[in-house]
Amino acid sequence: MIDDIIQEQPWRRAWRHYRQSRFAVIALIVCSIIILAAVFAPWLAPQNPYDLNVIDFFDSKLPPGSSAPTGFIYWLGTDGQGRDMLSAMLYGLRISLFVGVLSGLIAILIGMALGLVAAYVGGWIEALIMRVVDFMLGFPTILVALMLLAILGQGVDKVIFALILVQWAYFARAVRSAALVERQKEYVEAAQSLGLSQPRIMFGHIMPNCLAPVIVLGTMQVASAISTEATLSFLGLGLPITEPSLGLLISNGYSNMLSGRYWISLYPGLLLLLTVFSINVVGDRLRDVLNPRLSR
Amino acid sequence: MTGFIIRRLIQSGGVILTMTVVVFLGVYAIGNPVDILIPDDATAAERDLAIQSLGLDKPLLTQYTTFLSNLLRGDLGTSFVYNIPSIDLILLRLPATLELAFCALFIAIVIGLPLGLLCGLRPGSRLDKTVMGASIIGFSIPNFWQGLMLIMLFSVMLGWLPSTGRGELGTVFGIETSLATWDGLRHLLLPAINLSLYKLSLMIRLTRSGVREVMYLDYVRFARAKGLSEVRIVMVHIMKVVLVPIITVVGMEFGSLIAFATVTETIFAWPGMGKLIIDSIMRLDRPVIAGYLVVIVLLFVLINLLVDIAYSLLDPRIRLGGEPNDR
Repeated sequence: MIDDIIQEQPWRRAWRHYRQSRFAVIALIVCSIIILAAVFAPWLAPQNPYDLNVIDFFDSKLPPGSSAPTGFIYWLGTDGQGRDMLSAMLYGLRISLFVGVLSGLIAILIGMALGLVAAYVGGWIEALIMRVVDFMLGFPTILVALMLLAILGQGVDKVIFALILVQWAYFARAVRSAALVERQKEYVEAAQSLGLSQPRIMFGHIMPNCLAPVIVLGTMQVASAISTEATLSFLGLGLPITEPSLGLLISNGYSNMLSGRYWISLYPGLLLLLTVFSINVVGDRLRDVLNPRLSR
Repeated sequence: MTGFIIRRLIQSGGVILTMTVVVFLGVYAIGNPVDILIPDDATAAERDLAIQSLGLDKPLLTQYTTFLSNLLRGDLGTSFVYNIPSIDLILLRLPATLELAFCALFIAIVIGLPLGLLCGLRPGSRLDKTVMGASIIGFSIPNFWQGLMLIMLFSVMLGWLPSTGRGELGTVFGIETSLATWDGLRHLLLPAINLSLYKLSLMIRLTRSGVREVMYLDYVRFARAKGLSEVRIVMVHIMKVVLVPIITVVGMEFGSLIAFATVTETIFAWPGMGKLIIDSIMRLDRPVIAGYLVVIVLLFVLINLLVDIAYSLLDPRIRLGGEPNDR
């Protein structure tokens, strides 16, 4: 029982600190709603935007609030193919979040493993890993992803691959510098004198203490990955038309925008902005909460 | 210092050579331009002639050595689409991109520095909270969507500013630029704002956190105790220290501005090399893609080199051994 209290304390303390900012709490709630909406999109959406039996081409480009002859109301209007925008956005959100979160998680795993190994093993392995990290960080994310996709072509798997490749280095660098500090501490020495195996010390003892910067960076990186994917899809290099993420929906509305049909680009963009913004606010607050240097 | 620069130069050379292999393999080994460039109704003889003249029938290694030796002579192949040397094509478009990037950087610095300074000096004030909140929006707003909204608002709805192209060019010191004419400036304003917004937020945050770190240090207190005026303390003593990291970040961010210019140029039909590369990717114009990559790599290696040298001049810890936060 005493163990429970001791183990829960850091998280409870973090939450107590976190909720002092009402703005950040609201952002967390918005974030949760967005995630739930994405997960349950097929059940929430008024229409399946990819079921050709439901879509009526004669309803295309209707402004928000119009109703179909069947009595169905398009709250956010329809796009060029007559799809209900609200439904298309919910499905798009699902794809955007899936790509962003999955690529972020895999990048965290790869970056964390390499960062830990670099810090703990040292020597030429560390030099090699860090040289590659420096190389990757020398070029902007969007440019590397753009070039990769120019070479690889379109596809969900390719976009996820490109996003992992541009993100892992950030985690490797952050974890290495945190782990370098941790490995000097007494508990690592104690674990070593107990004769624990190296992987166990690395992943069982040092890693949990390096999680704070990873959580902060991970939140920010997911937001950045969602935004990057949208940009790539907008440029026509990201997801294929069969997997319309929010970026692709905005891109579809681009040509209509100049003729005054603003809603096809506006609403998916607002949703994208809200998603990225709320994740960033949460990440920003987490940095304040989890950074012991600032909270002191 | 000389040793440090030589070491960095050798490193840069390695990066460039690695990139030529990556660029070549990536661009030349994947995809088949024959299908795209030669019309379907061409005869077999016409196809063969075209393949030969483009050198696409040779083995991969031969194609690479040809590519490399041509590269050293500044010849990156001829654009499939425009039929002029791709390096000429890219260099022709480079000034427009640089102009856009410099203007965006200028906006970010001129607005970002003073705002960051004000916020840093009064942390927790209403101004600070508003600006910091706005800067998170600046970070979060997807660049391309923000550009679309600028066009929608200022071009479509209000009709104040044009949405495409560079407008009329004027000549200043032999350089053609949009900055020289009123029409050019009107064309430049929206794309420059679009490109600068992210960097503006970054500049505000960097300056603010720099000021916050420095303003409670002993030497600032000492300056106060000496009775120096507040203006002098802030403008001379605080800014001198705060500017060091900002200068290096500005250098690095300039590279990222050129990268993001691809998006801005596509939206605003700005005839720079960013739009050129997107168009070339769509048309599989491989000599231009390869040329762009090589130019970009050279540009970035150069920028990173200059930033490192500037940093090592400003912060001696760098050249005395490893990173400042290293073991």
